[in-house]
Amino acid sequence: MIEAQGLTKRYGETLAVDNLSFAVEPGKITGFLGPNGAGKTTTMRLILGLDRPTSGTVTVDGKQFGQHRWPMREVGALLDAKAVHGGRSAYNHLLCVAQTNNLPKRRIGEVLELVGLSEVAGKRSNGFSLGMGQRLGIAGALLGDPKILMFDEPVNGLDPEGILWIRNLMKALAAEGRTVFVSSHLMSEMENTADHLIVIGRGKLISDCTTAEFIAANSQQSVRVRTPHPDQLTLLATAAGATVRDDAGGALVLLGLNAAQVGDLAFENGIRLHELTPAHASLEQAFMEMTASSVEFHAGLPDEAAAQSAHAGGVA
Amino acid sequence: MATAVSHEVLVGGAVGRQPSGRAGFIGTMRSEFTKIRSVRSTYWTLLALVLASVGIGALFSWGQTQRLLRFEQGTTLRGGKVPAGVAEHIANEIRNQAASISLFGLLIGQLIIIVLGALAITSEYSTGMIRTSLTAMPRRGTVFAAKCVVFSLVALVVGLVTSFLAFFTGQAILSSQHVSVTLGQPNVLRTVIGGGLFLAVCGLLSFGIGAMLRHTAGAIAAGIGLMFVLWILSQFLPGPPSGWFGQADIDKWIPFNAGSAIWESQANGLNPFSPWIGFAVFCCYAAAALVAGLVLFRRRDA
Repeated sequence: MIEAQGLTKRYGETLAVDNLSFAVEPGKITGFLGPNGAGKTTTMRLILGLDRPTSGTVTVDGKQFGQHRWPMREVGALLDAKAVHGGRSAYNHLLCVAQTNNLPKRRIGEVLELVGLSEVAGKRSNGFSLGMGQRLGIAGALLGDPKILMFDEPVNGLDPEGILWIRNLMKALAAEGRTVFVSSHLMSEMENTADHLIVIGRGKLISDCTTAEFIAANSQQSVRVRTPHPDQLTLLATAAGATVRDDAGGALVLLGLNAAQVGDLAFENGIRLHELTPAHASLEQAFMEMTASSVEFHAGLPDEAAAQSAHAGGVA
Repeated sequence: MATAVSHEVLVGGAVGRQPSGRAGFIGTMRSEFTKIRSVRSTYWTLLALVLASVGIGALFSWGQTQRLLRFEQGTTLRGGKVPAGVAEHIANEIRNQAASISLFGLLIGQLIIIVLGALAITSEYSTGMIRTSLTAMPRRGTVFAAKCVVFSLVALVVGLVTSFLAFFTGQAILSSQHVSVTLGQPNVLRTVIGGGLFLAVCGLLSFGIGAMLRHTAGAIAAGIGLMFVLWILSQFLPGPPSGWFGQADIDKWIPFNAGSAIWESQANGLNPFSPWIGFAVFCCYAAAALVAGLVLFRRRDA
């Protein structure tokens, strides 16, 4: 259980985290969503005590992280896969981390096995690929068999196989009753993984609800229709309470009615339909609209950004 | 590579139940020892320290024997005659300084231990390891103390080894002209042990600077500036002004001058501090750097 109360962090002029209050509960995966620069990493650093809050508090199981007797048994974190000394072998890296909390050496072999790095345990980590570095970071986070796990953008730079692996790992960890707190800037990545979503933008809390609630609230149902009589259908659908707009290629998109209702409406009025397709507006779009006003740096046109995120979503 | 997570082996196997007590100094010290011994740069730097100190000491000792030889042969550099008794005077002078002469290489050795001391802490920042270290062990005072103690022990052991090796090598060379000394003679053992202590404290001074600056290049530059450049500058300062406050009164406070009093086998005009007082002054400089480093290490965002 992670609890933040009025958490605020200011770096000079910039307010990185602005009066955040939230709770991350055990037994599920909580997604921490926000555009780049929203303050996700800073929040995680505040939880770990790497940074000191300007005001407010954050506790881990009721205490400040640094006050726990065995910190590694409490929280395991992967903030940055590059936070290792590249000249040290994977085994020695994990050894020096484990020794701080008096963890047995056998444990190192276990986590190396778990993340699939056993064969390169003796190799220096500066020769590792991004994916291997990520796995080494995860091995370090799991060393203490912690109750709480935090991953900052864990799938960045991973291939599809690695992404699937991390997803399964997080699900398994949550299923064991652990608290899993994972950040991402991609909604598409979270919608299939997270049980709960905390969305922030410019350091402020935007939304804190279950993923199901988020989807229900943000994905408007729409129906795509193609008919030889668009004017007539538009009139009828509008009368029935739907919003209608023209789509590319002469089709209509109806919002506010489901596919069955549209089909019935057409049948009752003798309108011929050539296409009737139910669709959901993408969550990615909902997320982007929600955080649009809070994005720190706008990169080009919104359409470009949408295209990029759609591409990224496809990879994920 | 594992493609799927096998749920049975997931986590927790060898960890066992939470023991009593809390993560503390001893574990962190073991961790810091693992850190220092598991990177190659440690060994290269230590090897360079030993080779440079011993080698330069040997070279300097050899130079002294050659100087003496020339006087004994009775000709000066310009080919003139050397008055009787001068050779004996020079031999005595060398004998009195024999231990320090063999340790002359520490002048370069100190630069290398400065690099090692700075790296012991700045490499955590340059690699990003500091975030991992402080996540595993968030009690920063403990991390700093453990790091500092482990580095001190390594620096002291290597410093003493260096100093004794340089001493024996240098004396073997000086003995060819019968101007060597042994550890049993007055002040000699203090001088040789002092050489090791000097190197260790040099490293600690640099460690403290490293904790303050957090940048390898900056810390090394500052350490070398403080130990070496200040000393060189002191050699260029004008002679003592008349009056109650002379150059020597300023010079003796320069870190190298104060610190090297301990490996000066015979008090000379250059070092108005007695060996242990000078060394104590030097330790105060290092302590000041360490305290400042600790305060910043605890307070700053990592």
